[in-house]
Amino acid sequence: MNYTPHTARDIEHMLGVLGVSSVGELFAPVPESLRLKNLALPHGISEMEAVAFVQSLADGIREQGAVASFLGGGAYDHFSPSVVDAMISRGEFFTAYTPYQPEVSQGTLRAIFEFQSMICELTGMEVANASMYDGASALAEAVLMAVRMNNGTRVLLPQSLHPFYRQVVATYVRGIGLELVDIPWSDSGAVDLAVLKRELTAQTAAVVVQNPNFFGVLESLGEIGDLVNQTQTAFVACVNPMSLSAIRPPGDFGADIVVGDGQPLGLPLSYGGPYVGFFASREAHVRKMPGRICGETTDVDGVRGFVLTLQTREQHIRRERATSNICTNQTLCATAVTVYLAAVGPQGFREVGELNWHQSHRALHALTALDGVRQKFSGAIFNEFVLQTDHKASEVLAALRQQGVEAGIDLGRFYPALENCILTCVTEKRTDADLDRLIDAWRAL
Amino acid sequence: MIGEKLIFERGAPGRRCATFPMAVDSGAAIPTTMRRDIPAALPEVGELELVRHYTALSQMNFSIDTQFYPLGSCTMKYNPRVHEKAARLPEIAGLHPLSEDAQPALRVIWEMEQVLKAISGMDGFTFQPAAGAQGEFVGISLIAAYHRARGYRKKVVLIPDSAHGTNPATAAMCGYTVQAIKSTARGTVDVADLEARLTDDVAGLMLTNPNTFGVFEDEIEKIAALVHGVGGLLYYDGANLNAFLGQCRPGDMGFDVVHINLHKTFTTPHGGGGPGSGPVGVTKALLPFLPLPVVAKKGGAFHLDFDRPQSIGKVSSFYGNFGMLVRALVYAEMLGAEGMRRTSEMAVLNANYIAAKLHAHYDRPKNGQPMHEMVFSASRQKKANGISATDIAKRLIDFGIHPPTIYFPLPNVAPETMLIEPTETESLEQLDVFIDAMIRIAREAEENPALLKDAPHATPVRRLDEATAARKPILRWKRGATATAVQKP
Repeated sequence: MNYTPHTARDIEHMLGVLGVSSVGELFAPVPESLRLKNLALPHGISEMEAVAFVQSLADGIREQGAVASFLGGGAYDHFSPSVVDAMISRGEFFTAYTPYQPEVSQGTLRAIFEFQSMICELTGMEVANASMYDGASALAEAVLMAVRMNNGTRVLLPQSLHPFYRQVVATYVRGIGLELVDIPWSDSGAVDLAVLKRELTAQTAAVVVQNPNFFGVLESLGEIGDLVNQTQTAFVACVNPMSLSAIRPPGDFGADIVVGDGQPLGLPLSYGGPYVGFFASREAHVRKMPGRICGETTDVDGVRGFVLTLQTREQHIRRERATSNICTNQTLCATAVTVYLAAVGPQGFREVGELNWHQSHRALHALTALDGVRQKFSGAIFNEFVLQTDHKASEVLAALRQQGVEAGIDLGRFYPALENCILTCVTEKRTDADLDRLIDAWRAL
Repeated sequence: MIGEKLIFERGAPGRRCATFPMAVDSGAAIPTTMRRDIPAALPEVGELELVRHYTALSQMNFSIDTQFYPLGSCTMKYNPRVHEKAARLPEIAGLHPLSEDAQPALRVIWEMEQVLKAISGMDGFTFQPAAGAQGEFVGISLIAAYHRARGYRKKVVLIPDSAHGTNPATAAMCGYTVQAIKSTARGTVDVADLEARLTDDVAGLMLTNPNTFGVFEDEIEKIAALVHGVGGLLYYDGANLNAFLGQCRPGDMGFDVVHINLHKTFTTPHGGGGPGSGPVGVTKALLPFLPLPVVAKKGGAFHLDFDRPQSIGKVSSFYGNFGMLVRALVYAEMLGAEGMRRTSEMAVLNANYIAAKLHAHYDRPKNGQPMHEMVFSASRQKKANGISATDIAKRLIDFGIHPPTIYFPLPNVAPETMLIEPTETESLEQLDVFIDAMIRIAREAEENPALLKDAPHATPVRRLDEATAARKPILRWKRGATATAVQKP
């Protein structure tokens, strides 16, 4: 099956216009030596067969899968109201291109403008862009922007930053030769402020803080802000946006750049993507920001309209002097986040935040009441926490899986010193019955 | 009209849409220094109001579903509905990236890799890049890692003057300086200019083929030999791969690194500007440097291989835009070998048909035979009547057709360019409608230029003041700020 509508008559007519006898002649510029004799792919199939194939994949996941999952670690299983997928499934949204022609792209542009506004509201920041690829690349671009702001040569990264995010930052900064300095965690699980203070030199381009951090622990943004805001160093915060329903945003503490991944706000897990990065900053720095930005203006009749703006920062104008090479981003995912936030509103957002807070704390209290199960870190958490036992996490998790529960992430995968630790996430979607199943499984070990 | 207002300007305090179950108190309280007491000023709307708002917004867009969209270099082909269904199957959409139940997902990635290897002639792929530009970043980072591992200190990346802006921006991100290569009258790389710039400092050449004029680089084998001769590598920007499906392969042409835009060639939807997917393929010599993890197959089982000491690292939070791979794999399986060839043949036929029909009415700045897209220029209309590519683009909107890509290639390479790519999914009747509109506009440019200057006439907004938008940026809605613009009746 393919999607070409040409009949034999159409082709004959078109070849007649071109004055050639076969379509093959149109490939004459390709030297014979480069012609592919045989494309090593199977025959095409019908839609019915294709659907059966993907259904078999889905069946495979379901048959192997756990009954209840408590995985987080940068990707979260939250509830998404039906209107979210319904709206982004409109062909006028998902089959449109980047809004280069604003007169025929006002829908996409307005959705982006609303997205930018909502990200500013959530993060407490002044300006936001139209989106980045994901949380990790948004953080990497934030570090690059910090260097544009102050020409620093090193960046402080907490060891409690998501390990994948750290790897992405390292890949992005290799071209400019930035030094990465690891800041350890303290007993609370939060950044060790004494080390941070010591490493905060005049050459430091950025201090990065993840909130909550990879261990689910909430950082003391106020104290970090107090340290960094007196310097030229940029204060870069990477936040889980769901936490901003209940936790004060980095904008309140003087952050210069706030980034994160919008996945928790209405996007499916989808084995890691597509998600959407968000990127917010201060008005004073807007011309140093990467990515597309939508702005409000008027048309020749004075009617309100929206356009992509401040484009002299971007690759299609500035080429090798652009602030980033990003062009296509994750607009449809940003639209989903926008519809999600409009659907939950301030009251629904508060409710879902409280549900995350209380369900996760109820699970934490019940589990740490069991013999041999301890909370690893003393710091406050939002919806994820680290449990420690006397046994290898990989073995404990395998035993819990036997009972149909995917109880968390083996932190030994990322930190050898934490091989007895498990990162467990409890979102609003984990019901009381799910919690009972988790607690019963632990108790049966 | 309903789309005039922003969502923030609708609704009323206290009105709401989604609700959640009441939380059972855990006894734990958020520390007061951390607790958010002032909620974010989100919209307060009802569900019907919300649906009408976003439906109205969608109706302010042109899209493939509603209009012909001959946007050059973007490959705006039909987005099949079965792809959306596949990616949304609850088990696939609900799979956590750190789950142990991922065998079927790893199989999707592995099978897509086999498809892309067959199409491109490369030896292995990474699927982490979320778009073409991130693919370029990975590709040039791989080239840099390759040279580093051999102890080479190379400083320069060569790029044709007609190239997309992401090419030079990427090279700069990776720490390289950029040198531009001239184009010939046919639109191909000027090999003499290339030779003059080839030194031991050259890390690589970034090339699109067919190039940005839609013309096949017929000296590609010679170009590859020259670049390899100074120890440089060849980077293939896959923006235009749709012309080659099943016909010829960048791997056979001598390219060492390729990126493929699944949102172009494999028709995953553009989404108004993403999500895309920009997998990168390499030859054997570059395999050790691919981002980690890669999907490996051992016995009958797949796993994620993180043990890759020479890897450039990661560029994605997890493994890239997996949902896009599901769509692309369904597309590839349904097309099969014969569907791939048919796709490139009809894409090239459609483009050549348009080029032949418009030949008498518009200048073509570069005269090589087009493959899947072609560049026309408004230079004749500009000289005679002051009509620019923008004016022609805006007038096309009045005919219910999305404009081609304009001013790309850039004005310093060719003036008033219009890059037209019809794709293979458009019918002869639709092409004729477009051709008739373009011919009529060429006539209007002579007889009634004011009509073009004034266009578009029937859109939700008309030409917008982009200068003021950039000079006095309004980049967000703020509570209490009132719109100064007049409302459309």
